[in-house]
Amino acid sequence: MEIIEKIISKNGLVFAFLFVGIVMLISFWISKKIFKNKIPGVAIAILIGLSLAFFGDKKGIANIPIFAGMAILGGSMFRDFAVVATAMSADISKIKQAGLAGIISLFIGVTVTFFIGAIIAYSMGYTDAVSMATIAAGAGTYIIGPVTGTALGASSDVIAISVATGVVKTIFTTIATPLIAKRIKLDNPHAAVVFGGLIGTTSGVVAGLAATDEKLVPYGALTATFYTGIGCLLCPSVFYLILKFFGF
Amino acid sequence: MKIYGVALLAACFLLGKLLGNLLGKLININNDIGGVGFAMILLMASSIYLRKKGWLIPETEKGVWFWSAMYIPIIVAMAATLNVKAAVSGGFVAVVAGIVTTIICMLLVPVLSKIGRNNEIPKT
Repeated sequence: MEIIEKIISKNGLVFAFLFVGIVMLISFWISKKIFKNKIPGVAIAILIGLSLAFFGDKKGIANIPIFAGMAILGGSMFRDFAVVATAMSADISKIKQAGLAGIISLFIGVTVTFFIGAIIAYSMGYTDAVSMATIAAGAGTYIIGPVTGTALGASSDVIAISVATGVVKTIFTTIATPLIAKRIKLDNPHAAVVFGGLIGTTSGVVAGLAATDEKLVPYGALTATFYTGIGCLLCPSVFYLILKFFGF
Repeated sequence: MKIYGVALLAACFLLGKLLGNLLGKLININNDIGGVGFAMILLMASSIYLRKKGWLIPETEKGVWFWSAMYIPIIVAMAATLNVKAAVSGGFVAVVAGIVTTIICMLLVPVLSKIGRNNEIPKT
């Protein structure tokens, strides 16, 4: 046993390849045999991934030493690298056509999310402008939250809530996208560009679209990747001042 | 050779990240703004250019396709390493704010999808 543990901990990334491969195999088997392909294997694999995260702590399953390699495989470097690679299958004319809609949806996405987030924070007892802005920014993505909170000098528990809000969004997007896709006509590259701009959490958008229709991933990812930057720009400045202006 | 494709991908990736970070610096937030997006545009543009020149042969492309196929396993690994516990323990505010804002934005998808599309329909 000791030898096995030693080999695994020394070759964490390689073990992660094997482990994820097995998860994929099981997921596609469940999808085929139990759900008759009605629920995509990818969606099941992502759900299994999310539930595995419960066994760990801050870094999900990667907190368990033998699964430490999962943090490398699932980390932002590999994620971004693979997402960029999906651009090879994207049709540039479709992106051009959806470009304007994508830019508009980015700004509407950040704005709507922030102010609704602020109203929810207010109605739940966080009535000062700094806390409202921080939690609302977290409703954008879990990066905008702490960036805004730190810039405005929010307390650490409010920053923690904002991070949690962003993580809830990512997980909810992952699970809900395939369920709601048909109803919001998310079945073409154009809508995927808009979806990426409105939702913005790159991990959630990519995982949700993968579970819906793999072909849509590059289109959603393209706009979603600008969201966090725009949020970090607007939330602690313009949006915070607007909250101040309204007397919070 | 496949490594040429992987190298092309890496070049676009790093250059995109550089652009994203420079843009971040430019507007005074130390963050990457759309680095991945820039990288994707660079990859699309360079692959079109190289294909025209006849330099991008299928064997080279395979290096990119491999990583493009790897993103689903990577997303599964990412899901398994999310801080799910924090999401659950972040309290009621986090859950309500996270879910309500997401649903509202999702419902806006069909509305905003109409932009830039109406004038395309008659052509096709």
